[in-house]
Amino acid sequence: MADSKITYVQCDGLAAMKIVKHCHEESQGNMEIAQGALLGLAEGNRLEITNCFPFPKSTDESVDEEEYQLQMMRRLRRVNVDHFHVGWYQSSDIGNFLSLTLLESQYHYQTSIEEAVVVVYDTQKSAGGFLTLKAYRLTPQAIQMYKDGDFTPDALRQLKIGYEKLFAEIPIHIKNSTLSNIMMLELKDMVQEEEGSHFLDLGTAGTLENHIRAMMDRVDELYQEASKFNKYQQTVMRQEQDKHRQLNRLAQENAARVAKGEQPLPEDDVLKQFRPLPVPPRLNPMIVSGQINTISQHINQFCSQSLAKLYLTQALQGAKEARGESK
Amino acid sequence: MNLTVKVHPVVLFQIVDAYERRNADSMRVIGTLLGSVEKNVVEVTNCFCVPHKETDDQVEAEISYALDVYDLNRRVNASENIVGWWATGSEVTNHSSVIHEYYARECNNPIHLTLDTSLQGGKMGLKAYICVSLGVPKGVKGCMFTPIKVETICYEPEVIALKLAQKTVGTRNRQVEPMMDLAQIAEASEKLLGLLNQVLQYVEDVLNEKQQPDNAVGRALLDLIHSVPNMTHDQFATMFNSNVKDLLMVVTLSQLIKTQLALNERLTMLSTT
Repeated sequence: MADSKITYVQCDGLAAMKIVKHCHEESQGNMEIAQGALLGLAEGNRLEITNCFPFPKSTDESVDEEEYQLQMMRRLRRVNVDHFHVGWYQSSDIGNFLSLTLLESQYHYQTSIEEAVVVVYDTQKSAGGFLTLKAYRLTPQAIQMYKDGDFTPDALRQLKIGYEKLFAEIPIHIKNSTLSNIMMLELKDMVQEEEGSHFLDLGTAGTLENHIRAMMDRVDELYQEASKFNKYQQTVMRQEQDKHRQLNRLAQENAARVAKGEQPLPEDDVLKQFRPLPVPPRLNPMIVSGQINTISQHINQFCSQSLAKLYLTQALQGAKEARGESK
Repeated sequence: MNLTVKVHPVVLFQIVDAYERRNADSMRVIGTLLGSVEKNVVEVTNCFCVPHKETDDQVEAEISYALDVYDLNRRVNASENIVGWWATGSEVTNHSSVIHEYYARECNNPIHLTLDTSLQGGKMGLKAYICVSLGVPKGVKGCMFTPIKVETICYEPEVIALKLAQKTVGTRNRQVEPMMDLAQIAEASEKLLGLLNQVLQYVEDVLNEKQQPDNAVGRALLDLIHSVPNMTHDQFATMFNSNVKDLLMVVTLSQLIKTQLALNERLTMLSTT
């Protein structure tokens, strides 16, 4: 399957700032996900994002999404903005971006536009001080799986796909033109120094609680999915056992009938009684596993930086005590 | 009439980008400013470019285009209104008053923002004006562009994004990657170290009478010293250890969960129907 070799994404400072602004404003109002389209061009193995625009909220039924997009792109073309649609972006909360809707949307995008990426912006983490913009593409295996629409374990095993191989992360760079650089130098004088350094804050309990709570919800979901699958397996086994018992009885009967000189009964009737049970689809558990994976990665990162901050304060305290003693 | 204009960085990025993408025959670009007005402060949160043509004696701007885009934007963000217009270039020209008149019809007391992309005087100056009418009563009324104060304001995530984007300034290929958490903390602590060194240098200079002491600075320093919480060694040790233990436990648990996930995956693969 042809997979255009996009190895990295280059994002203009403008597009990054617009994404941040839109997602931040949405998160302030209601907790809904902010989405928008990315515009740019693809060159060799590099996908350039030069501009973006937000989508109206999906709860507003009077707005026709396609119409809005077309109008927007036509207007932007008048002012010489790249109008090639290269993907879309979405805001997320603590890394919970992996969902069925995301998979479906990205699948549709990638089948119509080869190089489409989805850029995820993590609102909570960025507000905490670390800008998190990640670009993802569906792996070829994921696309194949979606195309087949078959989510049974056998199909998944054939494609060798697991929750880790659903999405491939693509490194993202931020690039600015020289004129933008000049503008930012001017801006540096105007923006105050202290703003934006509150990630050195030691108060980590709140964020950690949120992460862990999210993780607990996901693990509960996964547990339910797992018990569903276990129940299915047990019913299958019981079914097999019943089938064997019936077949044995039939064999005995047949032996008796043959002894009497009658025709043996066919096995088909027995087999027809035991229809194969439908296998529960593995898509949902896979998605949930993927989510748990990302959350635990986030937690690891967060804990490591909190530990670093704690050790910094320990050094500070040590220095203070040393001074106190030496006096 | 002491209005202040507060501009978000997004607006400036957009203006620079529109200027870079202008048609080959245009010398400057104009567009609409969107935002909100509250008492004496005009907060500009967004903007877009409007195609226009300028000759020596005439100016044409596509009004319908501007209205269309404003409408589209309202669907996404209903709270952004037209608050004025922007132009690139270093000065206000004759045509500006014509355009300003048009915008005065769209909103109450529009502001005019100029961003000097031609870099006159070696700076990209950002200036804001409002139109003040002057003239004698019963005579011909004119209007004059009066400069007003302009500042930048950012949402918190915008500051962080801006700080990251600013790192492209020094590099050769003008590219930067989003940084890993630990690297950022290391950088912030280095910056703190630099600042502390500056403060120390100042204190030394004052003690050696190389510099005049300043009362305000002295008071600020006193606040600084007092803001470090005073804890005994034991108190600190208990707090430190308990926090470290919590964090380590959470890390172990999450690693455990990850291993379980992988195991779960493999097991479901193995099982046959």
